[in-house]
Amino acid sequence: MIPLSWYLIFAALLFAVGLYGVMARRNSVGILMGIELMLNAVNVNLIAFWRYLYPDRLDGQVFVAVVLVAAAAEAVVGLALIISAYRRHKTVVADEMTLLKG
Amino acid sequence: MTPLQIVFLIVTVATLISAVMVVSARRMLHAALWLILSLLGIAVLFVTLETSFFAIVQVMVYVGAIAILIVFAVMLTRRDIQDRDKVTNRGAWAAALAALGVAGGLVGALTGWQAFASIRPELAADSAAEGTRIAQLGMALVSPDAYAIPFEVASVLLIGALIGAIYVAGERK
Repeated sequence: MIPLSWYLIFAALLFAVGLYGVMARRNSVGILMGIELMLNAVNVNLIAFWRYLYPDRLDGQVFVAVVLVAAAAEAVVGLALIISAYRRHKTVVADEMTLLKG
Repeated sequence: MTPLQIVFLIVTVATLISAVMVVSARRMLHAALWLILSLLGIAVLFVTLETSFFAIVQVMVYVGAIAILIVFAVMLTRRDIQDRDKVTNRGAWAAALAALGVAGGLVGALTGWQAFASIRPELAADSAAEGTRIAQLGMALVSPDAYAIPFEVASVLLIGALIGAIYVAGERK
């Protein structure tokens, strides 16, 4: 049997990889991919906690369903913003989007 | 080592390698394809956690919808930065250090936790069948004394995202 710690260590590593992607990527679509990786790491954690600690309750699964919905909404709005910014400024590089810079 | 552990290790190593490729690939389209592989690895992990429902949802929502949406966005915003420019910004080393710090901090904080090495308990006899558990989840999502309000709020959020995306990305006349 797999102990809970394996899932938690895997999720921590996946979260860190996603965090690196969010902070280091210049392309804003790449930043969104990093966010998706982090959300998936969170989902693995939630399912693992549900299965190992509270298997007779439904809260964990409902939580995962809500996180899935939030992730879908976030991806849709984020990509729409990127496409809109690309249309106006012909760039998707995050540090070239300087319209709001003082 | 049991077969389940071997499957777990193979899948996690593959998922982590493809995640690293997602954040380091020079071409965004390659990164998107690596992202699909890594999302499929997560779906396999959901199967090992005995929630095949969420494994299917993962394949349908992430691989089927979000990853394809990302591929579309990559193609619609094509600009070849891979040859002339760096794919990471100036703070890449600091970002790598911070990510390593977060990973080390999380693992370090978790090892001190008493439930860290929990063994998986058996499922209760009345909910051991996968179909029964999916039925219970479905009932709980629409029952007013359980999760009906979060369920409705989530659907409002989806409608808001749909309308917002159409408004933001739509062509201005």
